[in-house]
Amino acid sequence: MIHHLKTPLAEADLQALRPGDEVLLSGIIYTARDAAHQRILTLIEEGGDLPFELSGQVIYYMGPSPTPAGAVIGACGPTTAYRMDEMTVPLLQRGLKGTIGKGKRSEKIAEAMKTYQSVYLIAVGGIGALYSQVVTSSEVIAFEDLGAEAVRKLRVKDFPLYVGIDCRGRDLYE
Amino acid sequence: MRRVATALLGEKLYEILMKVNFELPEDVRVAIGEALGKEDQAVPRSILERLLENNALATEKRIPLCQDTGMVVVFLEIGQEIILEGDFVETALNLGIARAYEEGYLRKSVVLNPLERVNTGDNTPGIFHYSLVPGDRIRMRVTVKGFGSENMSRLGMLKPGDGVAGVKAFVLETVALAGPNPCPPIIVGVGIGGTMEKAALLSKEALMRDLGSANPDGKLAVLEKEWMQAIESLGIGPMGMGGKTTALGVHIKSYPTHIAGLPVAVNINCHSSRHSEVMV
Repeated sequence: MIHHLKTPLAEADLQALRPGDEVLLSGIIYTARDAAHQRILTLIEEGGDLPFELSGQVIYYMGPSPTPAGAVIGACGPTTAYRMDEMTVPLLQRGLKGTIGKGKRSEKIAEAMKTYQSVYLIAVGGIGALYSQVVTSSEVIAFEDLGAEAVRKLRVKDFPLYVGIDCRGRDLYE
Repeated sequence: MRRVATALLGEKLYEILMKVNFELPEDVRVAIGEALGKEDQAVPRSILERLLENNALATEKRIPLCQDTGMVVVFLEIGQEIILEGDFVETALNLGIARAYEEGYLRKSVVLNPLERVNTGDNTPGIFHYSLVPGDRIRMRVTVKGFGSENMSRLGMLKPGDGVAGVKAFVLETVALAGPNPCPPIIVGVGIGGTMEKAALLSKEALMRDLGSANPDGKLAVLEKEWMQAIESLGIGPMGMGGKTTALGVHIKSYPTHIAGLPVAVNINCHSSRHSEVMV
């Protein structure tokens, strides 16, 4: 089963997804990994402005290699998702509808996907060169000092993914 | 005595890094191809095919295979008849790393202090392991080690009574706990014996061996075959999506140890196992 999804995502878009289904995702997505998550959580705690509105959006756990002249982005495959598990729920509470990474996540996250109607999508690790071909634009929008860990706004076209955890909390790896 | 300029070592390291980040080693490419021949389900096949496509594209367009271009680990075996000349050897090697990571548009993934976490900006320092060997040659083995797999590695201080069965159980448990996280099909480096740090070092060194090559120790070679089958029966598969290929290889190294101990380290590498070596 292949689903074509376009961001921003609505809860209705997620209902047909099942663990293991293939997804081709298009539209704007945002990157954030360990360090950016820590900063976003601090901003939430302090009531500051977030680098982007979370509602309906998708975060890709990814820090690319540098962009050579003339390219859109360098290698850009997923990083392991579990490291963000303890920092994800506050983002889901603010309407985040999808996360993209690799690997297994905690039970708490599966439960939260159900509670907040969100999905975890899996990208294949270690094929970052191939994924650079689905990114049509890339721009750093926050935390530039973090280098590879800065928050980027990416536009992707038909980014191939698998459903890892669906919005009923069912986990492909369980 | 033979004189070798440390700048030459830095240059050789630079050359290896500019290749290994863009092109799978021959042994890895062959192992993935063989794995593909054994898989019959669509999903694991599709993932293995994409690993090979990724390699072709990376090599052709000079895009790194993976955005995690790793921390550089170097094993240097230095012949005791060598005199090293020029800058301190680590200065020269770090210069080679910095140049490759800048010129190759490779990701700088190293932070200066593990608690303060400020990026060093040039992927230095590398991790350097030295040993003195007979002769007048230098063997330099290099890997760029990603941390998705490094984070799934484990160390166990087993009891002598745990024996081979205990070591095997620890290895299988480590692979099962890692599951999809370290980018399977993985390469499993196992270090048995020595002290705590020696076991860890052996497990890393075990990863440097080419896939498909025989373990020089016949008894360990038998264990490698047996454990490989046991790992396959875990059914984790490429990226944890199920299938026959959970590991591309199990490599074991051992060292004498203490009467009271049985240290075991398991160092896991991702499917791309970017490694290379040169003799100077």
